[in-house]
Amino acid sequence: MSVLTKQAPGAAATLAAPGGKPGRGRPKRKNQRSGYLFLLPWFLGMLFTIIPFFASLYLAFTDYNLFTEPNFVGLANFQVMFEDPRLLQSLKVTFIYTFVSVPISLAVALLIAIVLNRGLQGLAIYRSVYYLPSLLGGSVAIVMLWRYIFGNDGIVNSALGLLGIQGPAWVTDPEFALSTLIVLNVWTFGSPMVIFLAGLRQVPAMYYEAASIDGASRWRQFRSITLPLISPIIFFNLIMQLIGSFQTFTQGYVMSGGTGGPADSTLFYNLYLYQKGFTEFEMGYASAMAWLLLMIIAIFTAINFIASKFWVFYDN
Amino acid sequence: MALLDLPLKNKQKKEAPPAEDALTGTPGTRFSRHLILCLVGLVMLYPLLWLLSSSFKPSNDIFRQLGLWPENWDFSNYAQGWTALNQPFHVYLVNSLIVVVFSIVGNIFSCALAAYAFARMEFTGRKLFFALMLGTLMLPGHVLLVPQYIIFSQLGWLDTYLPLIVPNFMATNAFFIFLMVQFMKALPQELDDAAQIDGCGPFRTFLRVIMPLCVPAMATTAIFTFISTWNEFFGPLLYIQNQDLYTVPLALRAFMDSEGQSMWGPMFAMSVVSIAPIIGFFIAGQKYLINGIATTGLK
Repeated sequence: MSVLTKQAPGAAATLAAPGGKPGRGRPKRKNQRSGYLFLLPWFLGMLFTIIPFFASLYLAFTDYNLFTEPNFVGLANFQVMFEDPRLLQSLKVTFIYTFVSVPISLAVALLIAIVLNRGLQGLAIYRSVYYLPSLLGGSVAIVMLWRYIFGNDGIVNSALGLLGIQGPAWVTDPEFALSTLIVLNVWTFGSPMVIFLAGLRQVPAMYYEAASIDGASRWRQFRSITLPLISPIIFFNLIMQLIGSFQTFTQGYVMSGGTGGPADSTLFYNLYLYQKGFTEFEMGYASAMAWLLLMIIAIFTAINFIASKFWVFYDN
Repeated sequence: MALLDLPLKNKQKKEAPPAEDALTGTPGTRFSRHLILCLVGLVMLYPLLWLLSSSFKPSNDIFRQLGLWPENWDFSNYAQGWTALNQPFHVYLVNSLIVVVFSIVGNIFSCALAAYAFARMEFTGRKLFFALMLGTLMLPGHVLLVPQYIIFSQLGWLDTYLPLIVPNFMATNAFFIFLMVQFMKALPQELDDAAQIDGCGPFRTFLRVIMPLCVPAMATTAIFTFISTWNEFFGPLLYIQNQDLYTVPLALRAFMDSEGQSMWGPMFAMSVVSIAPIIGFFIAGQKYLINGIATTGLK
């Protein structure tokens, strides 16, 4: 490796000759000190991530209320958790929300992306209209709006009334409150849709041409060409949506005025964590909860990665 | 890591023509497709249009009229909503703006610096650090919440914007680093070499050569930071108690708590005010947004 070095006053500047590094065509500046200098803010940020990461692991095994010293209690927090009915309820709410809304929104996103990809005019306009809600779905204004849309005399019930159906009390009935938030989450299908669209555009048109010459039906083409080729994108969207919806907070908080009600039916996991940590100041318990969620997310991600070997198709 | 590389195959490539041009079908099927897409679009936009129209209706009319066009125009909702809380609403808008502007500046500079090191420099541990950075992408923020809260409270930063702003100056947003790394890798290396021959040190090369070429990536970062910070509810809820320091989402929630049932009109008016900047930024920066999520999968 031929490297031409030139000492500049103050800083060491190194010039790698073109093609100097075998294998990778792109020579880079070899410069230790300035590399670390550029990363200085990031190093600080990592400290600010790694230290809290392990601190919260420690706190998970303590009883801590922010005002007195943490008191080591071993596994007590985790034992309490499995007998805490509200914690189990919050897990149930979060799981239902995730496993209903994520598949629906991914299916809608894929369907619309496929229709949009058929070379229609006005693609950009449709894409923007469908994408806009995903920028707003997490805002307080929209969740508040949802409360009123699904309110007793809101537009959903008025519309049902026109059809002669007496709508339920969506927001105040524990049986229906969560479903309004599932609808809200499906409403934001635009961001996975845009990712699907980008993926669909990578599928070479000649595959479809060849398939239609061979007489393959639309459905057959979808199953044998589109699905395998975009399966990595489906996988990516699935993971990101799962991780995101396990962490839902604002929707539950605003919808219920911070309580998770009615009857804990919108008590999302992170909302309960917030209540424990920052209204009851059981910081040790809240840390233990955070770690349980981390483990749950890690397990689901791992399961997905293992399962992906059987259904995700990698071209290279 | 394969996971993260996948959607990126199309980075910086011009959009290819739709793959199925040959299969667009008869005019009839095209028409029905447009019809379905328009209907879906209308259903999706309806809540937003209803919000806008309700903000111009007298509170009593809001639930009596399903139609979008107000029968009795009432502009007083805006005036009433503006002054309904402790402070006039522009105070909360300015508060949000302060947090947003500092967050954008912090994210752009700290993430661009880190990205430049990852994308175009060679140093010991680069690959390890890069893997660590990608690892933090998937780390749920709530794991760090309690200790970070303790740190901020011991620094005396509660009831200030510092907990909301300072982390952005420490490149804690791995998504943006990742986005910029992808962008910088696509720039020709000859640029750095030429700058170096002309006597630029690494910092000058970064500032004068690379940064100007990364404007699209920085625009994407700025827009995403704007939208997520403007919407951010959890952070302000945790760190801001003083009502005068409330950001817009906190002010809206206070609105619902205090006036809630009786003042729908003014509340909807302030809701419109709070989401208007997002829609504005969305319209102005669409290109960057769509490219941004197509490259990183960012929401």
